[in-house]
Amino acid sequence: MALTLFRGLQSNSFRLYSSVYVSRKHGVLYCSMRSAEGQTATQEKQQTQLKASLKKESTKFEELLKNYEAVIGIETHVQLSTHTKAFCSCPYNYGAQPNTSICPICMGLPGALPVLNSKVIEYAVKVGLALNCKLSLSSKFDRKQYFYPDLPKGYQISQFDIPIASGGYLDVDLPLEFGGGHRKFGITRVHMEEDAGKLLHTGNGSFSQVDLNRAGVPLLEIVSEPDMRTGIEAAEYAAELQRLVRYLGVSNGNMQEGSLRCDVNISIRPIGQLEFGTKVEIKNLNSFSSVSRAIDFEISRQVLLHSQGQANQIVQETRLWEEGAQKTVTMRKKEGLADYRYFPEPDLPGVALSEEYINGIHDSLPELPEMKRRRYEKLGLSMQDVLFLANDINVAAFFDATIGPGADVKLAANWIMGDIAAYMKNEKLSINDIKLTPKELGELIASIKGGTISGKIGKEILFELMAKGGTVEGLIKEKDLVQIVDPAEIEKIVDKVLAANPKQLEQYRGGKTKLQGFFAGQIMRETKGKANPGLLNKILLEKLNAKS
Amino acid sequence: MLSSAQTPRLLRSPTTTTTTLKCLHSSPVPASATAPPPPSQILTTRKSLVSRQTSAVDIAKSFLDRLRRTEPHLNSFLHVSPDEAILKQAEELDNKIKNNDAVGPLAGVLVGVKDNICTYDMPSTAGSRLLENYWPPFDATAVRKLRESGAIVVGKTNLDEFGMGSTTEGSGYQVTANPWDLSRVPGGSSGGSAAAVSARQCMVALGSDTGGSVRQPASFCGVVGLKPTYGRVSRYGLVAYASSLDVIGCFGSSVADAGILLNSISGHDKFDATSSKREVPDYQSQFVAIDYLESKPLKGLRVGVIRETLENGVDSEVISSVRSAVSHLEELGCSVMEVSLPSFSLGLPAYYILALSESSSNLSRYDGVRYGKQVPGDELNSLYGDSRAQGFGSEVKMRILMGTYALSAGYYDAYYKRAQQVRTIIRNSFKEALDKNDILISPAAPSVAYKIGEKKNDPLAMYAGDIMTVNVNLAGLPALVLPCGFVEGGAGGLPVGFQMIGAAFDEEKLLKIGHIFEQTLQGCSFIPPVIADEWTS
Repeated sequence: MALTLFRGLQSNSFRLYSSVYVSRKHGVLYCSMRSAEGQTATQEKQQTQLKASLKKESTKFEELLKNYEAVIGIETHVQLSTHTKAFCSCPYNYGAQPNTSICPICMGLPGALPVLNSKVIEYAVKVGLALNCKLSLSSKFDRKQYFYPDLPKGYQISQFDIPIASGGYLDVDLPLEFGGGHRKFGITRVHMEEDAGKLLHTGNGSFSQVDLNRAGVPLLEIVSEPDMRTGIEAAEYAAELQRLVRYLGVSNGNMQEGSLRCDVNISIRPIGQLEFGTKVEIKNLNSFSSVSRAIDFEISRQVLLHSQGQANQIVQETRLWEEGAQKTVTMRKKEGLADYRYFPEPDLPGVALSEEYINGIHDSLPELPEMKRRRYEKLGLSMQDVLFLANDINVAAFFDATIGPGADVKLAANWIMGDIAAYMKNEKLSINDIKLTPKELGELIASIKGGTISGKIGKEILFELMAKGGTVEGLIKEKDLVQIVDPAEIEKIVDKVLAANPKQLEQYRGGKTKLQGFFAGQIMRETKGKANPGLLNKILLEKLNAKS
Repeated sequence: MLSSAQTPRLLRSPTTTTTTLKCLHSSPVPASATAPPPPSQILTTRKSLVSRQTSAVDIAKSFLDRLRRTEPHLNSFLHVSPDEAILKQAEELDNKIKNNDAVGPLAGVLVGVKDNICTYDMPSTAGSRLLENYWPPFDATAVRKLRESGAIVVGKTNLDEFGMGSTTEGSGYQVTANPWDLSRVPGGSSGGSAAAVSARQCMVALGSDTGGSVRQPASFCGVVGLKPTYGRVSRYGLVAYASSLDVIGCFGSSVADAGILLNSISGHDKFDATSSKREVPDYQSQFVAIDYLESKPLKGLRVGVIRETLENGVDSEVISSVRSAVSHLEELGCSVMEVSLPSFSLGLPAYYILALSESSSNLSRYDGVRYGKQVPGDELNSLYGDSRAQGFGSEVKMRILMGTYALSAGYYDAYYKRAQQVRTIIRNSFKEALDKNDILISPAAPSVAYKIGEKKNDPLAMYAGDIMTVNVNLAGLPALVLPCGFVEGGAGGLPVGFQMIGAAFDEEKLLKIGHIFEQTLQGCSFIPPVIADEWTS
């Protein structure tokens, strides 16, 4: 029955897969995603109808998916943010005019030789240690040989049989909206290599141009074990890697600029089967969500083929994720293994690391995301707070600097995740761009807690601090914002307001008690919001009800 | 300001009993029977410039004259710098001297540079049509150092394409003739540099030596050839053939010239990660004037003659020349022993596997995309294929194919990896032999210069000619080749060279021994017939 259904729908297979995947994961996202592509209202309506009609089939497909397990591994290329390229002294700036940051070495001119930038080793060791890898005290560079116009030497300097680091793992906390939970994904290896240039294709396709600015920029290739099972797990693995390299300061980890590139290897197998299925590689994944969506699409595609007895149609190939169409398409079939004729790079001496060197780097490592999350957890923060605060190293640093001198942990978290985050989002600023300092946030929290100012005034001050800077103390003084906590003073004002509004007072005493709010408002206006609300209400009530 | 070679290192009273060797030759004596030892052209030039006996312009003119006269017969240069450019540099030097400004140690020295070494002001083709008209945007480190020392680059010398050959017939442009017999090859691949120095078209020259490309042509052309230790001289700017074997080497008409040249180009270079950080000794201090030598100046030196290099396959006349050179060393006080290097014959196959494997990779960059010959194509692979097919010569193509094969999956272990193991064995056996001996001796080549075309269609015979030299590259050791005699052939005999191999970074010792040998070798004049009439040292 299911078989027929799917065959019948193959004419529009993408939509099928997509909705199948979406209903399995997060159905809401699908609609908004599609509408973002500029569909007409009619189209959307039709699609909603289609979706509704597919709902039943989707449920069946969901059942089918449960019979399979996906095996996913990721190869990540991380561009290192060294000042100069890996083997020459050219700087690299993303987006620079083509071929403005090149020299005889990175152009591969005859007679030019590579000389290793020692920062590359340092960064590789940092990442290796942070990924809990074993480091090779003695490794080397190798040449990986193939012809392509963006590869100036006809080979890429890489590492083949002895990577600088291997056998580690990465701890990942899954977001709560995806069920949460902690995962440990194995790291097979980390190796150093150089990036290639870029080809620029002309509009009419009659010729292509080569930009070698990127050629020779240092990369780390990080290969995971095939430990992931879902698109979300894979995306979170990649996100954690990004967090890690940012915490370490070795890369900006920017996926849009290609500083962090993920190639996914994926196969499926029926639950219970030990052998892996045929592996397919997916490229062109420019965001974490595309990692996740491409994988879920690919799982659906492969499961469908497998369940239809067409498992032989799943071939070893490289597929391209098409963001616009939300599907993967064949890029090139792999005819056997490419022979890269690796051999040791004779222009570079071996890479020897001493225990002292490694220990020195180990001791200088910052607190890493996983350690930070565990620490925040111990501070009593919820997992939601923990994940939010540890996500961005700068936010985490701000938070740490706020609570360092003793600010209330929960209140600091709430301010940062609430008003501060909202402000940053609205103004498109990072936490380092706002004028508020962690010290002043601490002061602000203390001032509210201590009753010097009300929460409402605290909020006003906060925006002032974020936009213009200054100190809490200064602003309170400057604007005369100290809360009135003297009962006698408040009583005086209450009396004044009651006296000025005899008609309302009469109504109140006549039973219209809602007017309490009116009086409170008048008093607040009179005190410019400085009256302590608790005291105010207490005294007001006493007075209102006094002579009734 | 004058060179320290004038200052004797051994301050002993001059002896009158200096041992000399009468030059062994089976043909009429090429020049005067009582020819004096070759003078250092570098030191002579310096002396005459500083004393203002002559000007740099005059010296340059006389060399250019001879170059123009001999070049049509020899074809040793692929590019000669315009006269004006050379004379302008000479003039600047003369002005400096006139103003008593300091001039470098190679002031006024006219240097030929092998065309696989980059020069920013001249084309650098590596002898390949693929790089026809290719002008590098930079000087090789060795060339830069030469210029900084005051040397004037005369031009770029011919070679087998990318250094791949032993005759210079493999040049994509022209065949260079041997100045001793124009019908013979000058050797290779640095045949142009060897011929140019031999015919005094320039004073000294740079070559490159991957498997003997400096030493074998030095032997064929009767000049001194020095292959330094791997890492002694920066390879930056040397068009790579086999990176783990390539070294830039020196040609001179005397040991002193080769040594002084080495002095100026040696040392660590931040642009070559394989260049050594070892300090460069003052090689010049090794050159003791003959008058100050004692009767047994090499007393106590242990010399090992490599047995396997004086056996079958080596011309008997070459063997007897080398043996008499050894006797001469013995007379100078050396204790001579025969040593056996059983792994010697393994060197040739191991060398060819490694050199070709590396070259197949090093030559990948010549794809017609960024520079060099580009044959436009409708699609990428035809652009690659046609550019390389038309750009490379047949020997280069053969070597790329063989190297690619040796590195291919499934063959790597049997070829490349095995050859690396052999290389380790060879390196160890040399180390062991050099622990027991100060230097090792062998012929520089199994024969003297052969006829042009003789081995062109027999690559294996040509490869076999490298047997004497490739082991030294595999072991990364320094070696000095110097002429020691003649065998019959040509108009006035053909020179024979012998090779002295030293421990790593022990160039000093080789130069010291070589210099004494040369100074005490009597009756041999290595002035080729092509200039014999005019050249007086």
